[in-house]
Amino acid sequence: MCTYLTQKIELDGAAKGATGWFTLSDGAVYVDHPYHATHEHTLNIDFTNPGEGPSARVAVELTEEAALALVEAIQKALAAAPPGLASGAHARAAS
Amino acid sequence: MNDAIWAGTISVAGHENAELEAYLARPLGEEPRGGVVVIHHMPGYDEASKEIVRKFAAHGYAAVCPNLYSREGAGVSPDDQAAAARAKGGVPDEQLVGDVAGAAAHLNGLDHANGKIGVIGFCSGGRQTFLAACSLQIDAAVDCYGAFVVNEPPAESGMKVTSLLSKAPGLSSPLLGLFGADDSFPGPEEVAVLAAELEKLGKDHEFHTYPDAGHAFFAVDRPSYRPAAAVDGWKKIFDFYGRHLSA
Repeated sequence: MCTYLTQKIELDGAAKGATGWFTLSDGAVYVDHPYHATHEHTLNIDFTNPGEGPSARVAVELTEEAALALVEAIQKALAAAPPGLASGAHARAAS
Repeated sequence: MNDAIWAGTISVAGHENAELEAYLARPLGEEPRGGVVVIHHMPGYDEASKEIVRKFAAHGYAAVCPNLYSREGAGVSPDDQAAAARAKGGVPDEQLVGDVAGAAAHLNGLDHANGKIGVIGFCSGGRQTFLAACSLQIDAAVDCYGAFVVNEPPAESGMKVTSLLSKAPGLSSPLLGLFGADDSFPGPEEVAVLAAELEKLGKDHEFHTYPDAGHAFFAVDRPSYRPAAAVDGWKKIFDFYGRHLSA
């Protein structure tokens, strides 16, 4: 099935795509048919910057298990660092 | 019999005369032939869509698939175009109708065109096929598991699309509908509501719902592929177009 549901988020950071590094502004997360992965459905994440055009995109297609493991790993990594160390507000204040 | 075909990328004029990339395949023979507009699925203008276009040409039709996401930029890969279009909630209905009209006009302008036009679409293209057939004068429409023809999409989907049921009185052609019994978008109850509405309106339609098949059962490059449903489905498509697109 196509779920058609898309969770959109604002992102602050950078990503490396097919043409090199770019600043991230947006993200989309959805469970739907993948473009490349050989599974019927995957959890798909698009890291994008629409201001730099559609090619400013890093695409990831993960199984449900892999997506949940990624969420857990992100939370563990953040928990292991001092709170606020990677915060955008912190970075702006320090600069 | 000459079964050779030509296939390649062309430009067609879409809605508001926008230049669209499109993939055309046509027989090299000189027999009069109908045209088929192929509407690609939501993941975009991909290899599988182009293969479908060639399949129609191999069966004697001139077929074209316009890249509905062309406006996302020339030289952008189709998957990036699809992601950008998705983030915007898909293509507007009015634009889709104009793009299909442009593709149909291109087919009718080709040598040996007999003036008959079929439209076929898969997934979101199935809904768009119904939309085109209710908005334009065409001769045969094939809706392969299009959702949101009857039901509204979930509010949180962010999609621009709405139910098309109120447009059903405008259906200009016979409609072949091919669905999977295990699909949820559209689910069997949505298909039943559409069938009942078309029955009530006296619109020529033929629906088939395949058991043990879900969404995208025609997609040979995905685990959703169901050979029994797909093989029978193609047979029904060519039979249907054979009846409605001949001169």
